[in-house]
Amino acid sequence: MEKKPFERPYIKKLQAGMPSKFGMKSQAEPITHIDNIPVSELLNDYGSPVYVISEKTIREKYKKARHAFTTRYPKVQYAWSYKTNYLDAVCRIFHQEGSWAEVVSGFEYDKAILNGVKGSQIIFNGPDKTDEDLKKAIENDSLIHIDHFDEMYSIIALSEKSGKRPKVAIRVNMDTGVYPMWDRFGFNYENGDAWDAINRIMINEKLDLVGLHTHIGTYMLTSNAYKIAAGKLADLAYGIERKYGVSIKYIDMGGGFASQNTLKGAYYPGSDTLPSFDEYAEAISSAILNSELNPRNLPILILESGRALIDDAGYLLGTVIANKRLSNGNRATIVDVGVNLLFTSFWYEHEVYPAAPVSEHLEETTIYGPLCMNIDVLREAIAFPLLKKGDHFVIKRIGAYNMTQWMQFITLRPNVVLIGLDGQVHIIRKQESMDNITEQEAVPVHLKEI
Amino acid sequence: MRLKKNIAVSDTGFVFNPTTGDSFSINQVGQEIIRLLKEEKSVEEVKSNITSVYEIDASSFEKYYFDFLSMLRQFELLDEEDEH
Repeated sequence: MEKKPFERPYIKKLQAGMPSKFGMKSQAEPITHIDNIPVSELLNDYGSPVYVISEKTIREKYKKARHAFTTRYPKVQYAWSYKTNYLDAVCRIFHQEGSWAEVVSGFEYDKAILNGVKGSQIIFNGPDKTDEDLKKAIENDSLIHIDHFDEMYSIIALSEKSGKRPKVAIRVNMDTGVYPMWDRFGFNYENGDAWDAINRIMINEKLDLVGLHTHIGTYMLTSNAYKIAAGKLADLAYGIERKYGVSIKYIDMGGGFASQNTLKGAYYPGSDTLPSFDEYAEAISSAILNSELNPRNLPILILESGRALIDDAGYLLGTVIANKRLSNGNRATIVDVGVNLLFTSFWYEHEVYPAAPVSEHLEETTIYGPLCMNIDVLREAIAFPLLKKGDHFVIKRIGAYNMTQWMQFITLRPNVVLIGLDGQVHIIRKQESMDNITEQEAVPVHLKEI
Repeated sequence: MRLKKNIAVSDTGFVFNPTTGDSFSINQVGQEIIRLLKEEKSVEEVKSNITSVYEIDASSFEKYYFDFLSMLRQFELLDEEDEH
């Protein structure tokens, strides 16, 4: 006689009371396949845990985001935010789709060059650009977004030596009605710093002011803040045109568009509450189109969206290590994915799904990672199916930041694979080996023997 | 170790404790264990019974079994007096 499949015994206390009309689905739908490749096969072939990226999802998301803006504004240019995910394969997908590169360090700048991006299509942001970085950027005609006056004077000094006229933009911070206001990057709009920077650039004449840039925050939950920001940049651009007779070539609205992850502490799931690309596009486009700027000579609209374009394309697959009960009787599940690989679990209530069909029974569970550290918690409380040791699971929407902010802590980083449009699975970053770590180290002679 | 005598168990997976008024839902394996506990089966008997029907080895089952008992204890469904 064939035996029945086993599910660990489970008992749940039924709570009386008014049912919530906002109640969430009480069944966990499994994710058994990603782009038609079985999850079990991916784990079997590439180990557990493993990051999986869907090329199809990246391209679809990009086209959707682009479409939202190009249907509303005549000149739109995306620049891929390297810090969100700078695996070369990922960057090249965006570059193939037509994205420029947006980098925030010399390391990222070099990566963009190695990926074949033209210097003139690299936007160089961030507060830390060394003279060496700036020289390279000036030489390559890259777009340097100035963060502070010290940087402005460095660029002026370098331009005098090189004889080239650097292409620059200033980063502007401003009050858009959201809290907290980001004022640590760039020059403030309201207190006149932005105009001060503009005046110094225009009067100096050694720099070519080509753009205005802002990045109002991250994970913006309202599109209206972008409307205010775009309006303020358009006003600055119009002011420059009137005062100096110079047309600003582009307005860069930065990024900060939310993906559909649910932020910690949010009452409703992100997928139900966050603005769509269309809402962001409508807010930004209408603010520029309705400004005083001449509609026959509108600036290019640059977008540096990262998270909203890549989050959905990334999955993290893993395995249950153990189950245990906490002192209060609550269930805890320990998995082989920790905060070292899922940095974003500090911000999000990540969605975790079983990789095979399970019964309808869910149990309030805390999901812990494998690190021997108290902070290693993936979910404080999640209605989770009854997975047992060795069962697989899938964490959704992890494509942003996790493959750049990951930590090599007490273990090695795993494989990252890309499911290509060709339906094949490609390793795009090999799992690390002990050699990768030890070859960077050196042991002084007196410590050779122990 | 046995279930309190007055605990009512339905065939559809509901458990009712008339002393506290609490009710519970259980899955199929849980139901079978409760049925066996009601029949006052020993650990070994429960183990052989379940492992003969389900796809699970004895040592893995033992883990889940004792975990399940700890939940029954947490919910005050076990009669533990005669153990002392």
